[in-house]
Amino acid sequence: MQVTSTIRETLVTGGKTVRDVSEDISRQVEGKPTNLWWTAFGISLVFLLFGFYCLCMLLWNGIGMWGLNKTVGWAWDITNFVWWVGIGHAGTLISAILLLFRQRWRMSINRAAEAMTIFAVICAASFPAFHMGRLWLGFYWALPFPNAFGSLWVNFNSPLLWDVFAISTYFSVSLVFWYMGLIPDFAVIRDRAVRMGSKTRALIYNGLSFGWQGGAKTWMRYESVALILAGLSTPLVLSVHTIVSMDFATSVIPGWHTTIFPPYFVAGAIFSGFAMVLTLLLVTRKVFHLEDYITIYHVELMNIIIIITGSIVGIAYITEFFIAWYGQVPAEQYAFINRATGPYWWAYWSMMTCNVISPQLFWFKKIRTNLVSTFIISIIVNIGMWFERFVIIVTSLHRDYLPSSWSMFYPTMYDVGEYLFTFGFFFTCFLLFAKFFPVINMAEVKSIVKATSEKKH
Amino acid sequence: MDSNKNFVVGVFDDEDVLLSAVEQVREKGVRIHEVYSPFPVHGLDEALGYRRTRLPIAAFMFGITGTILALFTQTWMLGYDWPMDIGGKNHASLPPFIPVTFEFTVLLSAFGMVITFLIVSNMKPYSWPRQFDLRSTDDKHVMAVDLADNKLSKAEIGRILKDNGASEVNEKNF
Repeated sequence: MQVTSTIRETLVTGGKTVRDVSEDISRQVEGKPTNLWWTAFGISLVFLLFGFYCLCMLLWNGIGMWGLNKTVGWAWDITNFVWWVGIGHAGTLISAILLLFRQRWRMSINRAAEAMTIFAVICAASFPAFHMGRLWLGFYWALPFPNAFGSLWVNFNSPLLWDVFAISTYFSVSLVFWYMGLIPDFAVIRDRAVRMGSKTRALIYNGLSFGWQGGAKTWMRYESVALILAGLSTPLVLSVHTIVSMDFATSVIPGWHTTIFPPYFVAGAIFSGFAMVLTLLLVTRKVFHLEDYITIYHVELMNIIIIITGSIVGIAYITEFFIAWYGQVPAEQYAFINRATGPYWWAYWSMMTCNVISPQLFWFKKIRTNLVSTFIISIIVNIGMWFERFVIIVTSLHRDYLPSSWSMFYPTMYDVGEYLFTFGFFFTCFLLFAKFFPVINMAEVKSIVKATSEKKH
Repeated sequence: MDSNKNFVVGVFDDEDVLLSAVEQVREKGVRIHEVYSPFPVHGLDEALGYRRTRLPIAAFMFGITGTILALFTQTWMLGYDWPMDIGGKNHASLPPFIPVTFEFTVLLSAFGMVITFLIVSNMKPYSWPRQFDLRSTDDKHVMAVDLADNKLSKAEIGRILKDNGASEVNEKNF
């Protein structure tokens, strides 16, 4: 029997019963999509198609279509790559780390957050993949296949190769973790379909649920698998952004060559990820009427994580500056002064305002429990974190060692186009997920309904 | 699946009632086929007397296989098969091999464990499960008792289930 302290906030409001949980969550899978859904889906498809056109042009003509030049060889592509990977991290944090810490408030948000992780990682992976120019040779270049000229292998000393392994492992393990969570919920929809007499749906969802029955023995094994997957995902998620940061940290470029990068990147990833989770969930909650499952209390807890990680990121920015001064390396000092006062000062100060100042507003309870202000700040944080990656990447590169090589980066339509493509892809996938898959983990929420739900009086 | 199996099916509304019922029913000498729940009920596996799952061991074995395989492959490729001189450093040194080794360990461990889970639980996308009560994925806990396993009569088992809090007792034949 589960006992919960009476002073804990209720996690499921509205006096829901176990039966209400299946009803509320399965209903939108069973019903027809609303006009709002079709509108959003249409807009996403437009983005996807425009981006697809830009990608085709890029593949046909090569990455010279982007605004890159000899000095700034990495810009929007890698910025967007790091930005999307970072967003993905919140999903794993919610589902794995909070599971290990036995935080029950994760239960009604983990499904959507993990879906976000998976789609975000696909978006992220598309950037380095297209940056290779000849996408179809990607497997051959990135995986350890013997080279045609001998048996020259891939270079396992390179962080870029570690990234290939980290991102692909992260994607596949997150996918398995997410799918494991979905299995019992697909069975709920199957059994409801049988009762409603909808044969095709029953067959499809039975296939998706792998013929789930929910026996005590299977549940026992299932919980063991979930716990171990959480245990594996926790170091995995930390390793992924650590390795992403090593793409920069192991180089000798002033502004990149810093040991603070791994923890700073991981904190930034969780920071931006939670902002994206909030942006998505506040909309999902409204559209699917999930106010009783995703409560103000959930929003407040996520905002508290944003304050913590935002402050860590702020301290990291200051530490970088301090170490540049304290380290007494002129190139390093120049890189940092140039960031704040050089031609990209506007990007630096946008980053500082969005990432360091705006989350501090959440110290006020009124602001962190208000949905409108949360939504606005979550978007500001997302913008700020994009600028952070842009600042790190472009400002460190644009002033080369030789002043004759100094240059600026100007994005072309194709830079913007691929970014829009990932947005289109992300929202198309998320909308399909929200329509055809249960957006809240029913089995987990059911297990806490009795202990934490408000009682009807 | 063997044909002509007769089951007595007890339906329970509440997980705490179910837990005590499982203990009581087993004490009365009834052998329970399986209990189906919409969500994991903690303590149910112990009440039913199940042995702890050995899946963690499987996960460890798959993981260690990944570690060894990744370390061996990298050392062999860069150290022996095609040594490369990068800044005069060792051809094969351990630290740069750790990230890929770690990722491969996690990958093999996760996939190996999940595939093992699907196999031992006999879960396949194309098999339709034996459903004792369709509400067992919704809000009811369903206890199935196989008559072939028990010496007691159908009526006696039904009475024991009812006495221990089952809200309904049904019969199910496959």
